[in-house]
Amino acid sequence: MDQLDDMATGAAVLGTGGGGDPYIGKLLAREALRDRPPLTMLSFDELDDDDFVILGGAGGAPTVGVEKLPSGHELVHAFRTLETHFGKKFTAVMSPEAGGINSMIPISLAAAVGLPLVDGDIMGRAFPEIQMAIPTLWGITATPMAMADEKGNAIILDTISNRWTEVMARSLIVQMGAVTHATNFPMTGAQVKQAAISGTMTLIGQIGRAIREAREQHRDPIAAATAITGGHELWRGKIADVDRRTVGGFARGAARIVGTGAYADHTLQLDFQNEFLAARVGDEMLATTPDLITVLDAETGEPITTENLRYGFRVAVLGIPCDPRWRSEGGIALAGPRYFGYDVPYIPVEERLAASPLTR
Amino acid sequence: MSLRIGVDVGGTNTDAVLMDNRIVLAKLKTPTTEDVTSGITTAIRSVLAQSGTDTSAIASVMIGTTHFTNAIVERRHLSPVAAIRLGLPATEALPPMVDWPEDLLETLEHAVYLCHGGHEFDGREISAFDEAEIRVAAEEIASKGITAVAISSVFSPVNGEMEDRAAAIVAEVVPGVTITKSNEIGRIGLLERENAAILNSSLRALADRTVAAFERAISELGITAPLYLTQNDGTLMAADWARTYPVLTIASGPTNSMRGAAFLSGLTDAIVVDIGGTTSDVGMLTHGFPREASVAVEVGGVRTNFRMPDVYSVGLGGGSLVKLDTLEIGPQSVGYRLTEKARIFGGDTLTTSDIAVAAGIVEMGDKSKVADIALEQIEAALNKIQEIVAAAVDRMKTSSEPVPVIIVGGGSVLVSRPVEGASEMVKPQHFEAANAVGAAIAQISGEVDRVYALEGLSRDAALDAAKAEASERAVAAGADPSTIQIVDVEDVPLAYLPGNATRIRVKAVGDLTLA
Repeated sequence: MDQLDDMATGAAVLGTGGGGDPYIGKLLAREALRDRPPLTMLSFDELDDDDFVILGGAGGAPTVGVEKLPSGHELVHAFRTLETHFGKKFTAVMSPEAGGINSMIPISLAAAVGLPLVDGDIMGRAFPEIQMAIPTLWGITATPMAMADEKGNAIILDTISNRWTEVMARSLIVQMGAVTHATNFPMTGAQVKQAAISGTMTLIGQIGRAIREAREQHRDPIAAATAITGGHELWRGKIADVDRRTVGGFARGAARIVGTGAYADHTLQLDFQNEFLAARVGDEMLATTPDLITVLDAETGEPITTENLRYGFRVAVLGIPCDPRWRSEGGIALAGPRYFGYDVPYIPVEERLAASPLTR
Repeated sequence: MSLRIGVDVGGTNTDAVLMDNRIVLAKLKTPTTEDVTSGITTAIRSVLAQSGTDTSAIASVMIGTTHFTNAIVERRHLSPVAAIRLGLPATEALPPMVDWPEDLLETLEHAVYLCHGGHEFDGREISAFDEAEIRVAAEEIASKGITAVAISSVFSPVNGEMEDRAAAIVAEVVPGVTITKSNEIGRIGLLERENAAILNSSLRALADRTVAAFERAISELGITAPLYLTQNDGTLMAADWARTYPVLTIASGPTNSMRGAAFLSGLTDAIVVDIGGTTSDVGMLTHGFPREASVAVEVGGVRTNFRMPDVYSVGLGGGSLVKLDTLEIGPQSVGYRLTEKARIFGGDTLTTSDIAVAAGIVEMGDKSKVADIALEQIEAALNKIQEIVAAAVDRMKTSSEPVPVIIVGGGSVLVSRPVEGASEMVKPQHFEAANAVGAAIAQISGEVDRVYALEGLSRDAALDAAKAEASERAVAAGADPSTIQIVDVEDVPLAYLPGNATRIRVKAVGDLTLA
């Protein structure tokens, strides 16, 4: 159980403020594992090239997800629907995103269908749209994809691009009551090794454990989180203002964080659209998507989601380098700052910090 | 006549005040008794005697109590409870009470039922309400002899109709049942709202007995005025309401102190530091009300999401232990045994109260018992106390701008100098009875928390509708319509949804209508 708790904390760190509350995901995983044999985790090395791997997760509005809880059958339904479509059995399950609730939900699928869970994901973080995934860069499609709701409805999408999958799935999600479960990105073992990110399930457990142990041993949990993620401390301060608005169906907004200690006399602006996208001081960017920007409670190291950002919180902001493949031309086009409407080039967080006069 | 009695029953002390409108006529602090009520009787009798007030002049009695919080934390006096949830086929994966602590589940007899029904975020039904299914559950509950039932339905804060229908059936089938509907207690977040409803149900019988005992106590004192209990948002509920929603009294203590501090100081936006015997509770007042915690709050290990003041507690109080060599203060405390353990009272334990006496900032006990402490050590300990308070204040501040700090509570004497980061420091008159004053001046509130689909409805129109409904709810609960104010408006756009769905929370408050 400790292990799931740690994973939930780590998933919230990589969730970069979004991705849904891993608390529900943790409960689903715990209930699915109850009275079942322990889960087998497969590393990429243990994967055969002709393994047939399927991703499973939830999509929709996190705020609805905490109210209309799953039946527990949706994802298995989507899984079986896709197996029937292929006329072929899947051999392993993998997570679509290491950040947020979707890091935990595939655990319940793997437990329910009795398959191993692959130690990896396709984002290395959380992103709001389906096409924002490393396999897209390799021309691997999210479809055939099956979506299922709690009522027993299921649908298979077959599209011309992952962008189209996103567009069509989004309108179906609303009809399905703003929460749906989906199996997608069917891949061979060989494709997984090429286009997925290895070891991220182990990583989220390690991140959670590092933060918990630091807290238990009265060490700085922020330093522990920074070390285990290979990240950089961007800021420490206090949230002075949170501005939220809805644009294009997304929760957009910005938080201003007044610096404290070494960061005094400056204010960090943190922009979000479901996830944190950009951190800047005045005109100077400190970090942008696809690098991970995450906000932790300065004292406990507990990750804070955009919906829970509140005046007065004492926070530390970390910038964590994204998977190197996100830094390719294609990766930046998919999920870089310009895609989200920022007229700035993508520069890796460590380069921005090295050049910054604010860096300490 | 507008004489009010305010009582705050804490873990250690019971405080009472008698107030005439805005003036404190009398106050008393007395140890909390095991049976709670005899402490209340002592306190009320004393404030009446002090002021020579006739009981017939009392217009109302307000009591804040930790009784129900303690019942949950100590797993005592909880009634067997059944939970019915409407939401199938959704929600089956995580049935009611899924994440409750094992020891509580073992002590508390319980039964859970999943039934069809519930709503989508936009008001559509997840599945149709099934009367026969509810009837079967109710009959089984009746056969088990359980008489406390909590009913939850998916998105009931948006549409509570199915909870009402299920409640009607349960009331018809189960003799002597008391029912708690989740939409009357909590907000969006099914598990947390349902947990609060279940806790509430299991407290109903205790609430009945406790409120009856309170009523008997005040009637035996010859007081005929109505009784109110204070709830955790700083507002009141009538005695019958408290019988129905005892869970809403949880954490009313810190709230009462903060509201009392606002009233006594005349400040509406400030940090309040309530220094007791063992801990100091630090909270932020905005518009005269405590800022609410936005994250889930655990009560006795159960996650809930109902209104709670955002309070930060530090281990500093009048009984905190002081180690001069390492300059450590607290969190250990002699607590209520201050008057036997502290050096100034002939004991052998060095406490913060000893330091305050040695420094000459307060007179109590025997100062000669602390004459041996070196001046620089006293100075260092005092500085440390100031540092602890300043750090707690800084944590709760919403900006780096200095803010007023109000110091209240029996341990207030420890803070004798301006707190760093404070624009001004106020130690109001009657500071030691701020909690009882907070109970005496509590107001009546009404609240709305709902998801609005802003298609064909402007955000302003949705906000106006929410404000009107919150105001109506406050008036229905007993507020004087002419005093209604909207004190809190929050809207959070829902992520990942087109069509501008937004969640709006509004709270209205008004002064109690006094007959």
